[in-house]
Amino acid sequence: MSKPIIATTSLAGCFGCHMSFLDIDDRLLDLIELVEFNKSPINDIKNFTNVCDIGLIEGGCCNTENIHILKEFRKNCKILISFGECAIMGGLPAMRNDVPVRECLEEAYLSGPSTVNEERILPNDEELPMILNRVYPCHEVVKMDYHLPGCPPNADLIWDVLHALILDVNIELPYEVIKYD
Amino acid sequence: MIENKIQKILDKFNRDKTRLMDILLHIQSEIGYIPQTLIQPIADGIDLSAADVLQTISFYHFFTLKPRGKYTIYLNNSIVAYMMGREKVAKVFEEECGCKFGEVTEDGLIGLFDTACIGMSDQEPAALINGKVFTNITTFRAREIIRDMKQGRKVEEMFATTFGDGKNASPLIRTIVRNRMKRTGPVLNMSYKAGNTLLKQVAQMTPKEVINEVKLSHLRGRGGAGFPTGLKWEFCRRASGEKKFVFCNADEGEPGTFKDRVILTEKPEMLFEGMTIAGYAIGAKEGILYLRYEYMYLKKYLEDVLDRLRKNNQLGPNTANIKGFDFDIRIQFGAGAYVCGEESALIESSEGKRGEPRNRPPFPVEKGYLDYPTVVNNVETLCSVVRIIQNGGDWYRSLGTEESTGTKVLSVSGDCRYAGIYELEWGFTVSDILEMAGAENTLAVQVGGPSGALIGPDDFNRTLCYSDLATGGSFIIFNESRDILRDVVMNFTEFFIDESCGSCVPCRNIPTLLKHKLEKILQGHGTEKDITDIKEWGNMMQINRCGLGHTAANPVLTSLKNFRHLYEDKIQKTVEFDSGIDLAEAVAESCEFVDRIPKF
Ligand SMILES: Cc1cc2nc3c(=O)[nH]c(=O)nc-3n(C[C@H](O)[C@H](O)[C@H](O)COP(=O)(O)O)c2cc1C
Ligand code: SF4
Ligand code: SF4
Repeated sequence: MSKPIIATTSLAGCFGCHMSFLDIDDRLLDLIELVEFNKSPINDIKNFTNVCDIGLIEGGCCNTENIHILKEFRKNCKILISFGECAIMGGLPAMRNDVPVRECLEEAYLSGPSTVNEERILPNDEELPMILNRVYPCHEVVKMDYHLPGCPPNADLIWDVLHALILDVNIELPYEVIKYD
Repeated sequence: MIENKIQKILDKFNRDKTRLMDILLHIQSEIGYIPQTLIQPIADGIDLSAADVLQTISFYHFFTLKPRGKYTIYLNNSIVAYMMGREKVAKVFEEECGCKFGEVTEDGLIGLFDTACIGMSDQEPAALINGKVFTNITTFRAREIIRDMKQGRKVEEMFATTFGDGKNASPLIRTIVRNRMKRTGPVLNMSYKAGNTLLKQVAQMTPKEVINEVKLSHLRGRGGAGFPTGLKWEFCRRASGEKKFVFCNADEGEPGTFKDRVILTEKPEMLFEGMTIAGYAIGAKEGILYLRYEYMYLKKYLEDVLDRLRKNNQLGPNTANIKGFDFDIRIQFGAGAYVCGEESALIESSEGKRGEPRNRPPFPVEKGYLDYPTVVNNVETLCSVVRIIQNGGDWYRSLGTEESTGTKVLSVSGDCRYAGIYELEWGFTVSDILEMAGAENTLAVQVGGPSGALIGPDDFNRTLCYSDLATGGSFIIFNESRDILRDVVMNFTEFFIDESCGSCVPCRNIPTLLKHKLEKILQGHGTEKDITDIKEWGNMMQINRCGLGHTAANPVLTSLKNFRHLYEDKIQKTVEFDSGIDLAEAVAESCEFVDRIPKF
């Protein structure tokens, strides 16, 4: 039987969740025995070349490209996991949700105290993704199957979850692992 | 000048920080708002930090740091107001003023603001204008009112009708509010003689005998939670504390409830007598009536009643000639916050703080006001006590049903011919009440206000009692012309979003998420998953700290239970997932700002 395939991505996130993934340390060696990686920053594969079993999504959606990628993942992955607070709730980037996007752009590109932009150039190249009115958590954009809480999720939790999914065994979720307060 | 006034107000309350609510209410009534520049002097005067003062101010709806107009119109936005034509009235106000709700006219003359239920559901649309209540406002009246304001008339000269029935017309009230007592029963009927029970009966009893009589009656709290009153008093009597306190909860914030307002107007002596009896029973010397700001128009009248009781030995030193029983009552006003009806929030508020519910235990009977053992009872509970002592616990228990003894005063409003208050023995069915109130083509009834349940015709044969349909008294009727989801459930959910104190994460967030789900479903983007989400998320509300959070999902959850077809009809059956996101709309603002034409 071929190995299960995993894909990962970071949308509007800080890569902290991926760093925590790497924190499973030597278990990475066990993991690559068990699975194969497809599209992921870990191996730098840019496009899906195969249908995947598990997709890990870090970060929510703040622009049209995030939405596009997330939909790609939904199309190509059997199980999709919101991986970390930003994916689940929008997280830190969503702090802008109460501020009109116009004001955010104004401050970022024109009037911010550390901004020098004498020509008042605004990012409007067609190649650039378009900014959304607010940051959307993943489950509002596509159907998500699981949510893995934490900022970032603890490495042991990531390992336990992948392990359980790959080997199709039950997972223990003690209260401390999913409580963050 | 202002500084002097402030110092005087601070002195009036002995520079006591626990009286911050009163201090702020006085300043606001003096100046019309609380200028930012006064926060530090107030804080210094009562030994608090500016942040403490500011957080109390910011908590309450009626406190404001900015002027809200020489005339301030607070137009009720509860469900019944909408049913009776609020939208058109609001539109006229906006047109005539040239400003929107939430704003003040440029000349500072008129401010337009929304406010939650002001306890006038039987005479909507209603508004508070500079503390005076205006009821049954029509578009015609709205135009007149604004015209009068522009001519600088006094608010009390703007009434265009005779004063209300009963005591509403008395010189110290003079309001156009109507009582509409459609039916009185054993507690509220005319046979009451003020002071008799206290002076003739209680004076001959020991506190323990009083408590036993109340226990015998099986009276349960009428404020909603239904805790046995005698037991509560016994706990408080037994609790150790140098002092004890009796509170009457007259916050009456549950939309659709107005029975306490009528009792306070017609039977204040009875209520105060009940508080005095409670004080005697638990060993308290001070009673506090926590009265919602919306009922400020009763202030002079109630204070006058208290004065009279003091003169008649029904309050004051050796009350009722009971040696050493020096009982007195003061009125504590709130400043607009539904959550302050929750007993521990009510106590916090009375101590001058934000009305945030406390963690329990300890319960108020052990550690309440200023950390002393405290009993909090509803207006109606305390009135019932007077009758219980007068006629005996056995007599009271003979009324109502086996496990729900006595009577309940209902506030009936909405689509019916005879809105008003009805005192009924427990055990009536919903159909009985609909018939009594002259309701026809009824589609649904909200029993117990937004925190209660929305029920449909299948449940109209159910009984009002603690073991079936418990209620604090709000009974709102909707006929077949009403849109349950769009109008009713949405309005109630928004109410809870506004009124959550914000301490608990689920209470702060889930109602907003439920509202988004509801909007999505109403826009035709809903799926089966949205319905299961609503149910699962709604059930999480049980981990909140107080009753507000426990019930804030009820409008959605009970309508889903009893009107599931309304949800099912609107969702897409063959679609598994729909984000409901309109991408073009989502990028419109940012693209416009950077001058770019959206392309997908
Ligand atoms: C959000 C909230 C609002 C409440 N509002 C009121 C109220 O306006 N009046 C009232 O008597 N009880 C209200 N209660 C119930 C009180 O917490 C308390 O149970 C009651 O005042 C006790 O008096 P009782 O035993 O005589 O009913 C409210 C409870 C909650 C959770
Ligand atoms: S959840 Fe935390 S660690 Fe993960 S992307 Fe967001 S901010 Fe970074
Ligand atoms: S449940 Fe809501 S209202 Fe009650 S304490 Fe928590 S946040 Fe405040």
